[in-house]
Amino acid sequence: MSHNAVVIGGNRIPFAKAGGPYAEASNHDLLTAALDGLVARFGLAGTRVGEVAGGAVLKHPKDFNLTREVVLSSALSPATPACDLQQACGTGLETTIYIANKIALGQIDVGISAGVDSASDAPITVSDGLKRALLRANRARSAAERAKALAGIRPRHLAPQAPGVAEPRTGLSMGEHQALTTERWGIGRTEQDELAAASHHHLAAAWDDGFFDDLVTPYLGVAKDAILRPDTSVEKLAKLKPAFGGPQGTMTAGNSTALSDGAATALLASEEWARENGMPVLARFVDAEVAAVDHPGGDDLLLGPVAATGRLLARQGLTPNDFALIEIHEAFASTVLATLKAWEDEDYCRGLGLDGAIGTLDRARLNVAGSSLAAGHPFAATGARIFPTLAKLLHERGPGSKGLISMCAAGGQGVVAILEAV
Amino acid sequence: MSALEKAFTSKPGKAIAAKAGLKDPPRLRRGRTWPEGAIVLAEIGDGSLARRTLTLLGRSVESPVVDDGGEPTPGYGARIGALVVDVTGLTTIPQLEELRAVLRPAVKGIERAGRIVIVAHPSAGDWEQRSVARALDGINRTIGKELRGGATTTLLHVAQEATPGDLVSTLGFVLQGRSAFVDGQAWTVAAAEQPAETLQERPLEDRVVVVTGAARGIGAAIARTLARDGARIVAVDIPPAGEALAQVANEVGGTALQLDITAADAGAAIAAHVARSGRPLYAVVHNAGITRDKMLANTDASRWASVLDVNLAAQMRINEVLLDPATEGGLADGGRLVGIASTSGLAGNKGQTNYAASKAGVAGLVEAMAPDLAERSVTVNAVAPGFIETEMTGRIPFVQREIFRRSNSLSQGGRPEDVAETIGYLLDPRSQGVTGQVIRVCGQNLVGA
Ligand SMILES: NC(=O)c1ccc[n+]([C@@H]2O[C@H](COP(=O)([O-])OP(=O)(O)OC[C@H]3O[C@@H](n4cnc5c(N)ncnc54)[C@H](O)[C@@H]3O)[C@@H](O)[C@H]2O)c1
Repeated sequence: MSHNAVVIGGNRIPFAKAGGPYAEASNHDLLTAALDGLVARFGLAGTRVGEVAGGAVLKHPKDFNLTREVVLSSALSPATPACDLQQACGTGLETTIYIANKIALGQIDVGISAGVDSASDAPITVSDGLKRALLRANRARSAAERAKALAGIRPRHLAPQAPGVAEPRTGLSMGEHQALTTERWGIGRTEQDELAAASHHHLAAAWDDGFFDDLVTPYLGVAKDAILRPDTSVEKLAKLKPAFGGPQGTMTAGNSTALSDGAATALLASEEWARENGMPVLARFVDAEVAAVDHPGGDDLLLGPVAATGRLLARQGLTPNDFALIEIHEAFASTVLATLKAWEDEDYCRGLGLDGAIGTLDRARLNVAGSSLAAGHPFAATGARIFPTLAKLLHERGPGSKGLISMCAAGGQGVVAILEAV
Repeated sequence: MSALEKAFTSKPGKAIAAKAGLKDPPRLRRGRTWPEGAIVLAEIGDGSLARRTLTLLGRSVESPVVDDGGEPTPGYGARIGALVVDVTGLTTIPQLEELRAVLRPAVKGIERAGRIVIVAHPSAGDWEQRSVARALDGINRTIGKELRGGATTTLLHVAQEATPGDLVSTLGFVLQGRSAFVDGQAWTVAAAEQPAETLQERPLEDRVVVVTGAARGIGAAIARTLARDGARIVAVDIPPAGEALAQVANEVGGTALQLDITAADAGAAIAAHVARSGRPLYAVVHNAGITRDKMLANTDASRWASVLDVNLAAQMRINEVLLDPATEGGLADGGRLVGIASTSGLAGNKGQTNYAASKAGVAGLVEAMAPDLAERSVTVNAVAPGFIETEMTGRIPFVQREIFRRSNSLSQGGRPEDVAETIGYLLDPRSQGVTGQVIRVCGQNLVGA
């Protein structure tokens, strides 16, 4: 366990609203495009990479080996192995941690982490009623028996079923869960809209600066994040109707992430491999932690990262002040705001088994190049978007600058990781 | 395809076109291929440079048939592949008759896509000598217009002190199919320090070459051709062209650099990208270019500025950064710079004052830089494409496009690879003596110098 796992860079395609410019593209297409852009940026065509780890949250059954199939479609050597991982919205960060760990252990020299989701191409399945009728018809030994089985099909059985967006154990959607959290932590409408506007403005400024020129490759004629609204404002956002939490709710389509299509990748390697192969070295992977809360028992669904952050910082002997930059995934504006409040809440943190409050974050260090509210959130892709973005931002700030990534995920889970600029 | 274009390319359409004198254009010979028939060598005076260079190239030669005034005019039995005339010893007007006497049977007996090459010394000496040197130019241009079947002619001005090693890459290029669309041109080969070696299959092996505007068209062809010759390509194009750029980079096993060459830090960004690879920068091909056509009467400051900035000023700024010895990842000594001019720039073209200014400016730039960089053994040249079949020219209306295509001695548009092959020749380490030249790749376009 003596190798420094470092981030060389990343590549993603611009993210877009579901049903938009990528409506006809599959997860396979999106991820291949993102991977080929990474291969081109770093001259990896024909190279055998140690392993590619990728994943998607919304996945067709035929895509059981999605990442390996994508590798075969890409310019990488076909001798590059791959695996699929999935940890809900934390997938893109979890695949990165998996690759970083293998590099740290010396099992591979170089690896690629990835995530993709197409809400446009979500797997539509048939209803259980239709499935049972078809199976019965299949087992039937006579034409009459078959006809009888098929006669059992009712119109309602024929309606296609979109993948569940509700938490299986509570029946509540993520937005409904977050509305409870918003209420419980007293998060107001204006602060949510301010956070959303800042996300758009930060992302727009980064695009204008050319910050993404070496992080994004256009796809299907889309050259920039398509959800981004550079000219949005708190005033404009204030006009939107509540989407969650009833008529008095504070959560709107403007301060919640949109259903998105996109894919992202990150290139990691041991520091020795990176230097030997003339690759940039942006940041070192320091440590990571996952956590989960008991949301069926009433915990806040999306505050899983708080316990993970507390435990990780305690293990590393760090406080929020030690980080030059912090990335908190914006599932909803109120998720970020509730997370920061929870960090400051002595009782809440003790309740998680921590020694005390995590601390207060200097907001100037938060999501400085925008985050999911402005960029969009193709579930599994987001972690692989944030990781190289943060690595590049830290590298610009100089060696030793530390950064923290905090991501909430369905099932009450949280994934956090620390990077340090090289 | 427009209705007119369809009608024209249909069978009856073709028959009518043939009657009107519009024949199918000749097929050109391309790639690293030699003429099929014999290479005939004629020597006028006592020069032997061409003979020694052909020996270095490993080509056997045959003697010329000479028109001595006998009846009937003597001819070649089988078609010949090429005639190379060494006129380095030709100094007087009467000697031009000797040239006519070898050219006449050759132009009659040359194969399709064959070659006529005149090897001369640069203009120097007394009044008669300099007049004769210029006469060769007139002969070369005229033969180009008379030859048929895709055969071409070239006049090479080779320095007095030049050795076969200096001429080998040039004569090899001209005889091979790589020069398919270079016709009726003349350029100079100086003496330089280089080993006498024959042509290499992969002359650019492991050398880092930056190609701007590489996402499509001529730039993509340059990347492919130079990669075939062994180069490690850094493919540069604007970020919005990134998807196509990545495909080109992956296809040639190079790297993609999404960069607007007009950005203030473009030179530094290229240098940083190269520096990381740990290999020296061997060459930059400044291919990126734009047009914003309007008659001068309608050309405003912004149309003017953008074309001059992308096509001329940007490459000058980038060169300055890359030539600064303090720049890590800058151009190595012995390196190569190539700009893309245009026949529009050399000859002028209605509706393109801004473009012509920028492209003629490129020609001026390489001529100015070449002597200054000779000390560092950096060569600086330009190619000037004529009508090349690309997406850009594919959008020109059909009739106009057909006229452009046929307005040259080869009666067709060139291919992007024709421009690329010429650049590959200039980048060849053996082309050390070729600098400050502007080579037109235009099939001897009827307009311009
Ligand atoms: N096609 C012809 O017949 C012809 C004739 C003469 C000269 N040329 C010259 O050859 C070159 C290539 O022409 P083409 O026909 O392939 O054109 P093209 O338009 O197909 O390709 C030009 C490429 O340059 C890129 N580019 C433009 N501005 C850039 C910038 N600021 N930074 C980086 N990249 C930029 C474009 O994105 C494009 O990919 C140009 O310089 C052109 O002027 C072409």
